[in-house]
Amino acid sequence: MAQNMAVINKPKTSLAKHLYKNRWLYLMCIPGLAFLIIFKYIPMYGVIMAFQDFSFKKGIFGSSFNNFAHFKQLFNSGKFWNVFTNSIVLSMLKLLINFPIPILLALLLNELRVKWFKKVTQTFLYLPHFMSWIVLGGIVNNFLSMNDGVINDLIVMLGGQKINFLGSNEWFRFVIIATNIWKEAGWGTIIYLAALSSISPDLYEAATVDGANRWQKIRHITLPGIASTVVITLVLQIGGLMNNGFEQIYLFQNDLNIQVSEVFEIYTYKIGIVSGRYSYSTAVGLFKNVIGTILIFSTNRITKKLGGATLF
Amino acid sequence: METVKKVSVKQTTHIKRGPDDYAVAGVSYLITGVFALICFIPFFLVVLYSFTPYDLYLKNHFDFFPERLTLDAYRMVIDYGYIWTGYRNTLIITATGTILSMLLLVVTAYPLTRREMKGRKLITALWVFTMFFSGGMIPEYFLMRSLGLLNTRWAMILPGMLGCYNLILMRNYIDGLPDSLEEAATIDGANDLVVLVKIILPLCMPILATLGLFTLVGYWNSYFSAIMYTTKRTMWPLQLVLREIVFEGSAAEMEAAGAADENLTSPFLLRMASIVVATVPIMCVYPFLQKYFMSGLVLGGVKE
Repeated sequence: MAQNMAVINKPKTSLAKHLYKNRWLYLMCIPGLAFLIIFKYIPMYGVIMAFQDFSFKKGIFGSSFNNFAHFKQLFNSGKFWNVFTNSIVLSMLKLLINFPIPILLALLLNELRVKWFKKVTQTFLYLPHFMSWIVLGGIVNNFLSMNDGVINDLIVMLGGQKINFLGSNEWFRFVIIATNIWKEAGWGTIIYLAALSSISPDLYEAATVDGANRWQKIRHITLPGIASTVVITLVLQIGGLMNNGFEQIYLFQNDLNIQVSEVFEIYTYKIGIVSGRYSYSTAVGLFKNVIGTILIFSTNRITKKLGGATLF
Repeated sequence: METVKKVSVKQTTHIKRGPDDYAVAGVSYLITGVFALICFIPFFLVVLYSFTPYDLYLKNHFDFFPERLTLDAYRMVIDYGYIWTGYRNTLIITATGTILSMLLLVVTAYPLTRREMKGRKLITALWVFTMFFSGGMIPEYFLMRSLGLLNTRWAMILPGMLGCYNLILMRNYIDGLPDSLEEAATIDGANDLVVLVKIILPLCMPILATLGLFTLVGYWNSYFSAIMYTTKRTMWPLQLVLREIVFEGSAAEMEAAGAADENLTSPFLLRMASIVVATVPIMCVYPFLQKYFMSGLVLGGVKE
């Protein structure tokens, strides 16, 4: 009888029982969930500001909606399209130049057989990744100086003309791309090296026995072996086409190159935090975010359709 | 690791090398070697220049054995008070941030690996969404403001404390651990917290060391949150102080202070020395980083 009672009661109390039995598991979730909600989702709620004439006095709940006025203003503003173009041009350059370099570098590193040489090379290649942008930017800023910079003096020594790398529209993108290669190209090889090391050596041996030459081995074994890693990195890179990061570009920006150096991150910072146009700045940020999200989901879908590796 | 070693020995001894092999090897050594040197030389030059008297530097930028060396720049940097408040702030931010970050990481990742926990798919999805979409700069600034955290060190610790990427790495790592130990402990009557602390945590040390070092370097190097959330100079982390010295006029300011001692050093030397002083701690952890970063940090999909 007592047993029957327990069976009948079970559905009613099972959730409570389950919660009690696993109480520690659920308690453990609290800090992480609190963090997630407070620092990730509450700011997402804050994007409502982009659709309001936000004022401090009234707050998000009291401020009135303004019928997309900020977005209308945005799309009609020349400055906004300048920022948009600058961001896209820079990240497209990174996609074309900075994306393939680590792949090539990893393929070359994979050919190195002398242990100490490989170790020293990798130590040097990874080092810049662990330096801050301030340190790297500081070095570049001083070495490219027109007065006593090493690079310009070297150019003069070789019979050239001094170049105003830091104070011109023409050279700004070059400096950004080059410093970005310096910091991240070596580090970027790591995921490809991991993929390369997981290719079975038996494949190469079998190919050698079958009389395959070097290039055939690279084409038919090495490249297919890293293809899925390349695709995943590419999806992430395309998803990030709207992002250029704040820390690097902010250091190299000045009045002389502002025509090409104003990108989304810096523009939202300037109009929002510095000038206090909160709603407008949030609208700019939201636009950038939405485009970024669409990009990543569509590239992921395309690679899925093509039957390749996908991110999720 | 053992098998990899054996394999590479086998390849070099048993397989005959043709001319195309030598061509590929030659190109590989040349390009990687040159690339590595280009990456490294600037750091070498910074250290060299920080010890070279300015007049000798002007005479020849590529004199690797200058006839005189000087410590003047270092003396001035060490006397510059803001370097030390910066160091103090950065040390506090980095230490607190890294420890809290690792604690939060373990405690958040572990429940997500337990099949019996309801809602774990939802929580994972909510985290993954944050990889693609965020509130953006201004709403985040308002959050800090309304929490009353502007001009505090917490504003530089909290925002970056847990990211989705690390969470997924950690979750996958715990998922890969054998279930048997966990089950044995549960049968012995240990609750989930005890299982986490006594059984899971010790097994997670390798990945915690890896992610911990990366988090540490991240806190040490970042300056964006400091620019966003602080206006007081006493709250500045080291990187902001360094930025002011290297990019703006405070090398000249230091020089003006030093002029009283009739101990004039060029701003260029001061900048080089400041970079070295600010970078020493990273150089100290770099060997440890190298030991860990190849282990287990392989990019995979987000999917389960």
